[in-house]
Amino acid sequence: MTVRKPAVKQIHLAALPHSHSHSRSRSSGESPVPGVDNTTVWADPRAKSQIEFASFEHLARTAERGLFDFFLLAGGLRLREHKGRIHDLDVVGHPEAITVLNALAAVTERLGLAATVDATFNEPYETARRLATLDHLSGGRAAWNVVTSADAFTGANFRRGGFLDRADRHARTAEFVAAARELWDSWTPEGVSRPFAHRGRHFDIAGEFTVPRSPQGHPVVIQAGDSAEAREFAASSADVVFARHGTLEAGRAFYADVKRRLAAYGREPEDLKIMPGVTFVLGDTAAEAQERAAEIRWQQISPQNAILTLEQIWGVDLSDHDPDGPLPAFDPDPDPHPDPEPGLMQGGVEVADPRAIAEKWRALSHEKGLSIRQTVIEATGRQSFVGTPEAVAAELEEFVRTDAADGFILAPHLTPGGLDEFVDRVVPLLQERGAYRTHYPGTTLRSHLGLADPPTEALIP
Amino acid sequence: MTSSTGRGLLHLAAAVDQPTVFDAGSYVELVRLAERGVLDFVTLGDTFARPGPDALAVLSRVAPATRRIGLVPTVTTTHTEPFHVQAAVATLDWVSRGRAGWHLDVSTTEGEARLFGRRHAAPADTLWQEAGEVADVAARLWDSWEDGAEIRDVATGRFVDRDKLHHTDFEGAAFSVKGPSIVPRPPQGHPVRVVDATEGQARRTAARYADVALLRVTSPAQAAAVRTELRGTAEEFGRDPDTLRILACLVVDLGDGEHAAEPGWGSPLFGRRRELGGGGGGPLGTAQGPRYRGGPVDLADLIAVWHQAGAVDGFHLTPVEPRRDLERLVNGTVALLQHRGLFRTFYPGSTLREHLGLGRPANQYAVTGGTS
Ligand SMILES: Cc1cc2nc3c(=O)[nH]c(=O)nc-3n(C[C@H](O)[C@H](O)[C@H](O)COP(=O)(O)O)c2cc1C
Repeated sequence: MTVRKPAVKQIHLAALPHSHSHSRSRSSGESPVPGVDNTTVWADPRAKSQIEFASFEHLARTAERGLFDFFLLAGGLRLREHKGRIHDLDVVGHPEAITVLNALAAVTERLGLAATVDATFNEPYETARRLATLDHLSGGRAAWNVVTSADAFTGANFRRGGFLDRADRHARTAEFVAAARELWDSWTPEGVSRPFAHRGRHFDIAGEFTVPRSPQGHPVVIQAGDSAEAREFAASSADVVFARHGTLEAGRAFYADVKRRLAAYGREPEDLKIMPGVTFVLGDTAAEAQERAAEIRWQQISPQNAILTLEQIWGVDLSDHDPDGPLPAFDPDPDPHPDPEPGLMQGGVEVADPRAIAEKWRALSHEKGLSIRQTVIEATGRQSFVGTPEAVAAELEEFVRTDAADGFILAPHLTPGGLDEFVDRVVPLLQERGAYRTHYPGTTLRSHLGLADPPTEALIP
Repeated sequence: MTSSTGRGLLHLAAAVDQPTVFDAGSYVELVRLAERGVLDFVTLGDTFARPGPDALAVLSRVAPATRRIGLVPTVTTTHTEPFHVQAAVATLDWVSRGRAGWHLDVSTTEGEARLFGRRHAAPADTLWQEAGEVADVAARLWDSWEDGAEIRDVATGRFVDRDKLHHTDFEGAAFSVKGPSIVPRPPQGHPVRVVDATEGQARRTAARYADVALLRVTSPAQAAAVRTELRGTAEEFGRDPDTLRILACLVVDLGDGEHAAEPGWGSPLFGRRRELGGGGGGPLGTAQGPRYRGGPVDLADLIAVWHQAGAVDGFHLTPVEPRRDLERLVNGTVALLQHRGLFRTFYPGSTLREHLGLGRPANQYAVTGGTS
């Protein structure tokens, strides 16, 4: 099939509600410290249930109304803790992704449904089967956001515990995805099943896969991760990268780096879509948008959250500090985490060089006369796209046109209404610019993303 | 207590298995049909070894397309992670607003073990012991969030009250789980646990952990005997035996229309049916389980007789031809039972626990004031 390329590079959009639950934090923008993950503003009176199906239904229907490629549910496998106590400041808890997505398949028709499934504490056979089932039940809309658990902390919830070091985690993930594909390939499109056998360093499995080839052949594979290993794996094996770089410069650098890696695997740049996770704030005027963004930041960084963020850098109890007062005068504990992996909080954030950050923050606070809370707000991840709908549409288009991204995974601040305004006000402007679709091109997620179906020649028995 | 003879409300459930069907629409149709019959719940079987979709996924897909009926997928416990399993079942309860159940089963074959490559096949009794641990830890994880743990207290900046979240710190023979769950306590507190209590260690696991026990038996006398045993064991485990519903399993073939049940298919009951006041034949023991073949009217008689004899709290019916037999079951058998005032005509409640007349379990951590 030959596809005529549209004159303007097309933007892909996806939605990520509940970005709070990663076992390791991620931030929008390029903050020096990935702050606690508090995108979701729960204190707003418009914020409704974070767990009831009705909330997910509303968000998914809105995303589909906006012709989004997919709806991504993040996931963590252990509640974050701080100083041995469960983190209580941000939205805590979420439903299991694949189960919610199967239910959402009943109330949507075209929207892609992407589940975060960890490759460290799951097994290929079961995961491949659940994803293939989702692909069948949704008529070809399933995707898998492959993540790896980083710590033994998470392992405490699983039979085999925390057993993989950093290098092995990535090796296991790569083998896991390869094994899942072998299972999906063990049925021909004609419905002939053949036994599979996979023997590698991490898996030694054999038998018959019980799910016939699903509508997409292979559910779409999304990769979330940033290290060199993660990028290499994305280049070799992923269909979409869930990227963390939300600024123009960093985005372009990441984009160029990952796309460059594709050739080594005989793949074309279009075979892999790069979609950073970003936030947005709209206003009728630029000033109003800035004001709303500031309000959101103020809600996200509560006084308690500000102290918590500092504690994660300083590595000591700072509960006696006044969030409206000055930063601590003393230096951070250079090695506050006697974990097997230094620098890693339990399901929390990774702080590379606490002293350097503390120094920078103190300078910032001194220069602008900022309190602890104001410093944290100023220094940690800011909203990625803030402005009038016109300005935001123009900026999104520029990112995509200049190869800083192929599209965006939008993380709204509010559940369940956080996408409404974007879909009502920005999507039509993107369409006017010719940079965004006016209807779904097909029925499967692969067709939305412009991805070829996986080859089937190899499958003929 | 253990001598209680049932005769409470009649409970009916049906299997909606359609081997090798992967299309959501036909499951939705079947479950809606069962819901029209006001059945307590539908089940969908699963193993890792036989062709078929993931059962929990199918019933999650069905949930938004139905309103009241309970949804009970089989989820096995041998090769899965208890933490994932409890989260998925709790999520089914969230997406169905309190209609989830979980039919626990084990995987005994080496073939299934090879699909995972983590352990060898083990004897059924060992695996049922482990299934009990999985049931136990699942309940703890469901309780690891107290109701009302989400407080959204703007003044203190707290989304949850961490004193209402609890580490499970579960140490079993087969695995340990730290907890708490990632999923807040589901609407029913505990989704309904179903266990086939016909054999061996499974019967003890059922007596201890199940809300619904399934029995493959061919006579009311046999059913009554196992029922008494189950209730007694439940009591030994410190349970109120009235919190255990016991359903007889029947494979039903209603292909013969209005014809009476064939005498050949009713050996054990048949000789006694006159004295029990029922019509039609009893089930015949087959490899697939006790099987009834005949018309919907005689089936209604059989159900009524067993229930009125206090042998069981109800029936779990597996149609041999899902579409045809479920239709006859709902429009024939159920309609007749309703007409006789033996079965409900509408759902008075909205959760599966309410259909079954089971209360919402107290939270073990809230009750004992367990520490976090
Ligand atoms: C943008 C992005 C999103 C992520 N989302 C999740 C998530 O939802 N759940 C999770 O457990 N890990 C998530 N992760 C963590 C990654 O799977 C991985 O553990 C982490 O990035 C460390 O691996 P790396 O050093 O290769 O990047 C995410 C990472 C990134 C960069």
